[in-house]
Amino acid sequence: MTAAAVPSPVAPRPGDPEITPALVAEHGITPFEYEKLVAMLGRTPTFTELGIVSALWSEHCSYKHSRPVLKTLPTQAPHVLQGPGENAGVISVGDGLAVAFKIESHNHPSAVEPYQGAATGVGGILRDVFTMGARPIAMLNSLRFGNPESARVRWLLAGVVKGIGDYGNCVGVPTVAGDVMFDASYEGNPLVNAMCVGLMREEELITAKAQGIGNPILAVGARTGRDGIHGASFASEDLSEENEAKRPRVQVGDPFTEKLLLEASLELIRSGHIVAIQDMGAAGLTSSSAEMAERGDVGVVIDVTKVPVREPGMTPYEILLSESQERMLVVAKQGHEAAVQAILHRWHLEAEVIGEVIAEPVYRVMEGDRVVAEFPGTRLVTDCPQYHPEARESAQYHPEARESAAIVALRARDPHAVAPRAEEADPAWTLAQLLSSPTVASKRWITRQYDSQVRTSTVAGPGAADAAIVRLYVYLDPRTGARIAVAEAARNVACTGARPLAITNNLNFGNPKKPDVFFQFREAVHGMGDACRALGTPVTGGNVSLYNENPQGAVFPTPTVGMVGLIDDVAHATRMTFTTPGDAIILLGETKDELGGSEYLSRVHGLTIGAPPSVDLEGERRLVETLVEAIGSGVVRSAHDCSEGGLAVALAECCVADRDAMCGAEVRIDDLALPMRSAFFGESQGRVLLSTAEPDRVLAVAARHGVPARRVGTVRADPVLVLSLGGTTLESPLAPLAAAFHDAIPMLMTRAATAAA
Amino acid sequence: MSLTFGVVTFPGSNCDVDAWHAVIDVLGERAVSLWHADHDLQGADVVILPGGFSYGDALRAGAIARFSPIMREVIAHAERGAPVVGFCNGFQVLCEAHLLPGALMRNASSKFVCDWVHLRVDGTNAPIFLDAYAPGQLLRIPIAHGEGRFVADEATLDQLEGEGRVAFRYVDAAGHATDDANPNGAARNIAGITNAAGNVLGMMPHPERAVEPLLGSADGLPLFQSLLARVGA
Amino acid sequence: MPRFSVSIHIVPRKGLLDPQGKAVADALHALGFATVADARIGRHIVLEVDGESAEAARAQATAMCDKLLANPVTEDYEIAAVAGG
Repeated sequence: MTAAAVPSPVAPRPGDPEITPALVAEHGITPFEYEKLVAMLGRTPTFTELGIVSALWSEHCSYKHSRPVLKTLPTQAPHVLQGPGENAGVISVGDGLAVAFKIESHNHPSAVEPYQGAATGVGGILRDVFTMGARPIAMLNSLRFGNPESARVRWLLAGVVKGIGDYGNCVGVPTVAGDVMFDASYEGNPLVNAMCVGLMREEELITAKAQGIGNPILAVGARTGRDGIHGASFASEDLSEENEAKRPRVQVGDPFTEKLLLEASLELIRSGHIVAIQDMGAAGLTSSSAEMAERGDVGVVIDVTKVPVREPGMTPYEILLSESQERMLVVAKQGHEAAVQAILHRWHLEAEVIGEVIAEPVYRVMEGDRVVAEFPGTRLVTDCPQYHPEARESAQYHPEARESAAIVALRARDPHAVAPRAEEADPAWTLAQLLSSPTVASKRWITRQYDSQVRTSTVAGPGAADAAIVRLYVYLDPRTGARIAVAEAARNVACTGARPLAITNNLNFGNPKKPDVFFQFREAVHGMGDACRALGTPVTGGNVSLYNENPQGAVFPTPTVGMVGLIDDVAHATRMTFTTPGDAIILLGETKDELGGSEYLSRVHGLTIGAPPSVDLEGERRLVETLVEAIGSGVVRSAHDCSEGGLAVALAECCVADRDAMCGAEVRIDDLALPMRSAFFGESQGRVLLSTAEPDRVLAVAARHGVPARRVGTVRADPVLVLSLGGTTLESPLAPLAAAFHDAIPMLMTRAATAAA
Repeated sequence: MSLTFGVVTFPGSNCDVDAWHAVIDVLGERAVSLWHADHDLQGADVVILPGGFSYGDALRAGAIARFSPIMREVIAHAERGAPVVGFCNGFQVLCEAHLLPGALMRNASSKFVCDWVHLRVDGTNAPIFLDAYAPGQLLRIPIAHGEGRFVADEATLDQLEGEGRVAFRYVDAAGHATDDANPNGAARNIAGITNAAGNVLGMMPHPERAVEPLLGSADGLPLFQSLLARVGA
Repeated sequence: MPRFSVSIHIVPRKGLLDPQGKAVADALHALGFATVADARIGRHIVLEVDGESAEAARAQATAMCDKLLANPVTEDYEIAAVAGG
């Protein structure tokens, strides 16, 4: 790149708007941050530079409010090959194989345009994984919506599900698991968290670190259009008002191009022609190039006129900030440009040299001969301010922490003081209510729309994953709630027979500048750290999504945990449903008087009150050991975690979740001296229901690990569920329970879904 | 004698790996990868058009893939009487290429559907694919498609049935071709058909994903074993 | 009340990536139709609407597009014709 040799001084482009305090504010840059920027540059920034800084210093790219707290999470373990800070975390799983995985949110785009928002979320997380050199083998997702009684919520749900399905199905990555929950707090601000797991050989690991002075930088994949340019609507003179209405802000995903990009990228990485590769995700070319330069501590120069564009007349500002999908930034080895282009062209994709790694410590953007942006060294990334917001929970009313007083009061309420409804005299009624709760009910209406089998041959390999998340607990008590989130994820993974290895997290919270929200965030991160240390599962990366608010306030604080585990022998992988009449049913763990924060209170009484259940992290670790050993020895036929709805719902799910092969069950614990509702529907942690033909062997394993375990019943051939706890008996034919569980969401979704609120 | 299976990869094919796995790892046979832009079948005895989303299913599923250079060779191969089989998107390509009659339209539910279905073996004119199955045998095979509703005019449907060319039908667990057992609204519950000569088979379900008990079923295996016995002999 | 046949064109918003249109344009080029500069693929909807006048039928159709038929974030629509009455 010869233009880099004698750069002219940076000057505004003709037609650039004047830099005014109003323009700075519209870019989301505070006066303090603007002062920092001017001090760094020693001059007034250009419009292009303002755009660059507004993107890179945004919360999404910089983690400026969350980073200090995130640093407290454990990230190290011998099997961690790549921790946080890269496109995705990578862990070794033995035999020279490694797993790359990460979770990411697309909450705000999905709130505006659910189909494309969710689809592009899937696309982004896939690219994060395959840019590490791994072939994506599984997608998971975690979704939160408002009350599905609302037509708009149903529109959001239908759009998100179709967006996830269409994109993953077309690329050919199976969507294997996920969870969906509903609560009014997510009204208008749904959460869409997608996780991708990829498999690779350890030696194929590649990172996104720009290296090698003189190496060319290429833009690869789809062309750059005006998609998703943040705030580009204002102040640009190129834009007349009538154009503005037409200007697209949402990004549109093209899974077909993604599939080609996936194959081309893996071929490129294995070819040895490149040194680094990164997705052009949020803030597109700007963040990918600046972050790659910062990781490699090198300078870069980019010429925007070399970037392949979709429409003529795009300004440097637009090209730099475009969030067009299915694009990659690649640093190639000098002289290998043609080889890189040949691989991309074979897959019908573009690859153009747009810049170069340079020795001069500078981040420089050219428009032909003109320098339109220039920042010293890597300070564009490193000078981003970090904040330490105030965190406060107080039972006293405080003008800046309005919610916390209410939460403290809710937590203090006694669930037993809630009078039962008359219908609850028959616990089978209550059970049916819980099974038909959209949060508990079968999500087959959703999962049938995902291709869960493509590449099945690969998924049956070493990776196993499950995502879990804990509902209302985090709101009531963020630290305990987050501990439970990790513990439950580990339990879910262990219930398949896999040993939990590491997690990726997505932290969805409200506005961090509110002390009560930041309190939730800080406590939840600390709780997550506690659990990860106890369970030996480090955090290898993730995502933070803040400002999830609607006019009524913040969404429920929602830390999503994606955990990856390893099954030693896939032949022993278990399912959750009972399979064989006559098998013994064993309950691992202890049932306590813990009704706070339960799905029962939420569904039957519309209340989120009480203290969430306690969690014993050491006990959870021993439970995981028990499950891994018992399942690994081949004596366990099914295993299912007790979570929302407690023991009664867990048992019913074991009986009816596989509608084609339902089994009855009879379970009795006569000496359980607890209030009836706590016994049936309380959500004590650390409990798992197993079925086995060899109960003695399972009990012996549990005893060796010090986990409470007892035989509580038997799987039956006749279609009846009997659950007798402390003298109260719930008895029901399976058919109505199955109908409640399986038909709730299809019936809900046959009703109209419209974008209009 | 062993067989060579040619697995075509169009841009957007994604079940090519499933076919590879079935042929190489489970059957222990040879497979060659046939790139859409190539003009050579590399000595393949059997051509497999795999599932996926060739060209992103733009316009109509299979509509663009049928013009790929490799398809000229595939059509010639079929016209010589040699076996060609299309699963899912491959079936759609075969219809668009007029190697099979009819068309595949958007599912009646208008939704993508991934599930296990029961199939009944009804075909009688294509022992090359069906020999290892008993007539009327019930199979459990997965489906995963958004455009799988087979349609053709009444005369064509009558002809397909009359000539024993309805290879597979969607049925319930008892073997009855009911509406409830029809996952996509296909005419007369048709899941797969053959050409008049019996050497081209297209089907929406994925037998290549049902070749090992670990995956939930091995009911797809006899299709490949029929080919081995008939073509490889 | 007279009945009108209302034709509506719905296409992806200008400037927005249209993956189907792109794939079809590429395929047309590959088949030798070099004159194709761009392709956009949308939907054509024909409604039979009862109304007092053609204007009223058009106004109804516009409301239907805003509410259900078109996605305001990703699609533009045009009431192409109102016939009959």
